Parts: sequence; C-alpha cells; structure tokens
Amino acid sequence: MNKNWWKALAVLILSYVVLKGLLGVVPRQPILNESIRNVYFHVPLWFAMITLLLTSAVYSIRYLRNGRLGDDLVAVEFANTAILFGLLGCATGSLWANFTWGEPWPNDPKLNCVAVGMLMYLAYLILRGSFDDEQRRARISAVYNIFAFAVFVPLIFIVPRLTDSLHPGNGGNPAFGKYDMDSNMRMVFYPAIIGFTLLGVWITELGVRMRRVKMALDD
Amino acid sequence: MYLSLLRKFPLAALILLSQNLMAQQPVAQGVEMADRLRADGKIWVVVAVIAAVFAGIILYLVRLDSQIGKLEKEIKNQKKEVRPKTQDIDR
Repeated sequence: MNKNWWKALAVLILSYVVLKGLLGVVPRQPILNESIRNVYFHVPLWFAMITLLLTSAVYSIRYLRNGRLGDDLVAVEFANTAILFGLLGCATGSLWANFTWGEPWPNDPKLNCVAVGMLMYLAYLILRGSFDDEQRRARISAVYNIFAFAVFVPLIFIVPRLTDSLHPGNGGNPAFGKYDMDSNMRMVFYPAIIGFTLLGVWITELGVRMRRVKMALDD
Repeated sequence: MYLSLLRKFPLAALILLSQNLMAQQPVAQGVEMADRLRADGKIWVVVAVIAAVFAGIILYLVRLDSQIGKLEKEIKNQKKEVRPKTQDIDR
C-alpha cells in the first residue's frame, strides 16, 4: 500500500468538511445564526493543536530517554505546526468573537489562558535559538517543552472551567451538549478534527524531512 | 390543452404554496439565517472560493512533498556513491 494514503485521506475528509460544512443543515441558534458553522473550522484547529503538542512532548521525552537528536528534531517540528494552528485558532476565534461576543478579544479566561500558553511556546522557540551547542539545546528545550505542555493543559482545560467563560463547556455549561450541536453537526465536526490533525501531521512531516535533508547535506 | 393546464394548475399551486411555507419557517422559529443566500444558489460562490483556496494550499503541499522526496533520493544516491570510495581508501 502506498505510504502516503493518509495524506489523500486528509484531503478527502477536509473536502467533505468544506462542502458539508457550508451546505449542511445546522441548528437555528439566536446570536450565532449561520456563524455556528465556524465550529467546523475553528474548534478542530485547537483539537489538532493539542494532539500535535502532545506528540511533541512525547518526542521530547523520547529524546531525554535515548539522546537521539532525531527525536528532538521531530519534537520541534510538531511544536512549530502546533503554534501555526494555535495562531490560526486565535485569528479565527477573534473574527468570530467580534461578531458574536461584540469584541475581538473579550476578557474571557479561556482566551487569556491561551494567550499565556502561546507565549510559552513562542518562548520555547526563542530558547532553542539561544544555544549554539546542539546537545545542550536539545536537552534543555526538551525539558522546557515537557513542562510547557504540563502547564498548557490545565491552563486551557481546567482554569476556564473554574470561573465563568463565554466558551461552551466552561463555567458550568456542558460542551457539545444537545444545546450546542445536533447529530447533523457531529457528522461534520468529528471528521473535521481528524482531517485537520492529519493535515497538521502532514505539514510536520514535510518540515522533519526538510531538516533531515539539511542535516545530510551538512555532513 | 385546456385539460392539461387544469391538471398543471393544482400542482403549480401546491409548489407555490409549499415554497411560501418554507420561507415562513425561519420567521416562525424566530432566528434569522442565510436562507435567501441558499435559495439564490449564491452559497455555491462561497463554496467555490473556499474550495479554490483549499485546493491551492493542498497543491502547494503536494509540490513541496515531491520536491523534498527528490532531494532525499539525491542524497541517498550520493551516499551510495561516496561509501564504497571511502571503504576503498580504508583498505
């Protein structure tokens, strides 16, 4: 079997998501109106980002266990793609919030926590840039990456639930409950998560191969 | 001719009536949606634009993928050529 089949699957799923996401039936909700369709594009970006960050942290742990620079390289590229998705998630969220919550960046715990999380990961990239020694850079940034993920998860999953948040699923209101989504929406939403995650893995794979080519040329 | 028109009339009336009912639906439910956009078929313009953007990004990724693949092959071939030579020198 062709080893690139999952890339075709990503394209297939995302095409379905674009078509069905725009043409499918959605519940009629006040305030949200048609913008409820953003759920198919904005939310999966974050889900994909979390998956990519988790993978990045796993590769950092692997690097610390065996000391292979190849694992560190994979960890960086996963973090890179995750940060790209995070920035896109912030941008799409801002656009959406501007129309439904009245301002592009309302004082919401989820938004502010995510801002802190994004800065943490940007600091990860800056930290990497500040070492000349390869092993040193890989070791210290791997430790930082694991800590960053360990802080990021409670920041976006626990803190917004402790207080009141505009996001569904936080501050007491259940996420993906029957009030937010019906079965029609789930038929698009769940594939969208898989599609965007696969797309992220594809972009990461390209970055990893690019770095390996560069390393081989340097040798 | 007259008869066929007579036959068509109730059908046409039914269609007109049902369309009217469909149009009344959102008002009845009280939430305004882009029903007009869908009825006009202009939603397809939006679909086409987003599909074009998506296709462009995918084409870009595919091209990048194949270019990196070519570089990988080149490096593989180079290594194959270099290795026997260094072994000769070692001997």
